[in-house]
Amino acid sequence: MKDKIARLQEKARKLRIDIVRTLHRSKSGHTGGSLSVIDMLTVLYYHKMRHDPANPKWAQRDRLVLSKGHAAPAQYVALADCGYFPKEDLQMLRQLGGHLQGHPDSKGTPGVEVCTGSLGQGLSMAVGMALGLSLDKSSNRVYAVLGDGELQEGQIWEAAMSAAHYRLDNLCILIDANGLQIDGEVAKVMNVESIGDKFRAFGCHVLEIDGHDIAAIVAALDEAEQVKGKPTAVVARTVKGKGVSFFENKASYHGVTPSDEELPRALQCLGDCCD
Amino acid sequence: MSNMIATRDAYGEVLAELGAENGDVVVLDADLSGSTKTSSFAKKFPERFFNMGIAEANMVGTAAGLAASGKIPFASTFAIFAVGRAWEQVRQSVAYPKANVKIVATHSGVTVGEDGGSHQSVEDIAIMRAVPNMTVIVPADGVETKKAIRAAAAYNGPVYVRLGRNKVPTLFDDSYEFAIGKGCQLRDGSDLTFVATGLMTAQAVAAAEILAGVGVSARVVHIPTVKPIDEELILAAARETGAIVTAEEHSVIGGLGGAVAELLGERCPVLLKRVGVQDRFGTSGKAEDLLKYFGLMPENLVEAAKELLGKK
Repeated sequence: MKDKIARLQEKARKLRIDIVRTLHRSKSGHTGGSLSVIDMLTVLYYHKMRHDPANPKWAQRDRLVLSKGHAAPAQYVALADCGYFPKEDLQMLRQLGGHLQGHPDSKGTPGVEVCTGSLGQGLSMAVGMALGLSLDKSSNRVYAVLGDGELQEGQIWEAAMSAAHYRLDNLCILIDANGLQIDGEVAKVMNVESIGDKFRAFGCHVLEIDGHDIAAIVAALDEAEQVKGKPTAVVARTVKGKGVSFFENKASYHGVTPSDEELPRALQCLGDCCD
Repeated sequence: MSNMIATRDAYGEVLAELGAENGDVVVLDADLSGSTKTSSFAKKFPERFFNMGIAEANMVGTAAGLAASGKIPFASTFAIFAVGRAWEQVRQSVAYPKANVKIVATHSGVTVGEDGGSHQSVEDIAIMRAVPNMTVIVPADGVETKKAIRAAAAYNGPVYVRLGRNKVPTLFDDSYEFAIGKGCQLRDGSDLTFVATGLMTAQAVAAAEILAGVGVSARVVHIPTVKPIDEELILAAARETGAIVTAEEHSVIGGLGGAVAELLGERCPVLLKRVGVQDRFGTSGKAEDLLKYFGLMPENLVEAAKELLGKK
């Protein structure tokens, strides 16, 4: 298991490099939230989820809904690395004619299940998927990845209520709680704490972890699988811009991409000295 | 025209039939299942019915998720909530991904009646029509409702079906063949054409009868699918009769009248009069009184027809 954790950590580091390079090239996109969520996506795509990049619509796949769709670059680099589409496609991120839209679009991108990015809507779709899998008596699971700022949307709580009401233990909600949103600190813009207490009150099994601790993420997802009769909410405390020191904890890097000048320094932070 | 049935009642009946025929059909409601008549499905197939409570945004998103799991979800509530409250969910979660979700809204238009203007949706056709990928169907009677719902279930993509609260005359028999995007001519005529949808089609038929009595030959074209609209049928009527009166229980802005005006303006400009709700909100009252109050009676259509004929 130790080896496994080390391999996942190394994979996350490489995916961070892909994120930084991709966003530098596209000159448009969300850097901070992509770097904060990538450890969770790494564990999901490379360890936890049953999926087949050669067969994106495989009926026995687990589903991932990136409700915080602005972190699409994080999902795209993982999907490309897994083999859902060629890595060269990343060069067309946000470009006319490319399939990698600014926010995830299931119509064009293999491995993307639904369209997200209008915040607050992904959890409802995840609830619908979990209900559908339950109807089919499938053992597959649904993972919904939310931002903490996104919790300000009322629809999230409608969805959380319904997930608990329908006892969706095949649904795991991960909250990438990096504490920042476009206008500043979540706590100052519109406080959403206590996130854990809220999800508990809405009927979820709640876990609080360090969202960059690969072993903790693995353990949380394992525990979620054992919970019966209710959904699990994993409140993952993260750092916006994680891995690139001068991006970290800066709301100003929410929707900003690395400049030409910043790129080598960012890659250096990530241990990529080949540029 | 003998028997009367509300389109929502026909919806409840056909949903239960579809549920028996196709195990992938699932139904969602937002605490109005008794009114939308999805309760008939819920009684027969409780495991495939999801009451989402008074939370329309989540209902629509959940429906999109069920569609992503291969189900054929029908999501129902009143038109004002399905289209108004949940508009962005319909756009982002349903229409944008082209999800196979059927939004079937009841209690549309002013004939909601006593509940008043807050609950009377007079802009839903316009709003849904503007959304890419969306098909918009407004059946005229119970028979057509059942056929339209079956067609919606068979079609892979988002559909908005607009139904009403009150009993309406039955215009069609079982031999009627409904197809998405196709209108039908209910009566031939040469002096002008009524182009109508929903419950206003019966009013147009009645208006044509009145006009026949005074020697005016009025064609009646029924347009159940407001989007995609049957352009050829309407253009033929415009060319052949030279005057069009549209009729809908909806604002004259952006609905059937708007769609017809766009079409004729670009391709066959002829005399046009749009009968509908004149850019105003509804109000409380009995449904039949409100049809009079808002000028949606056969006499109003006759008046509009005569106005156009006077300009010919």
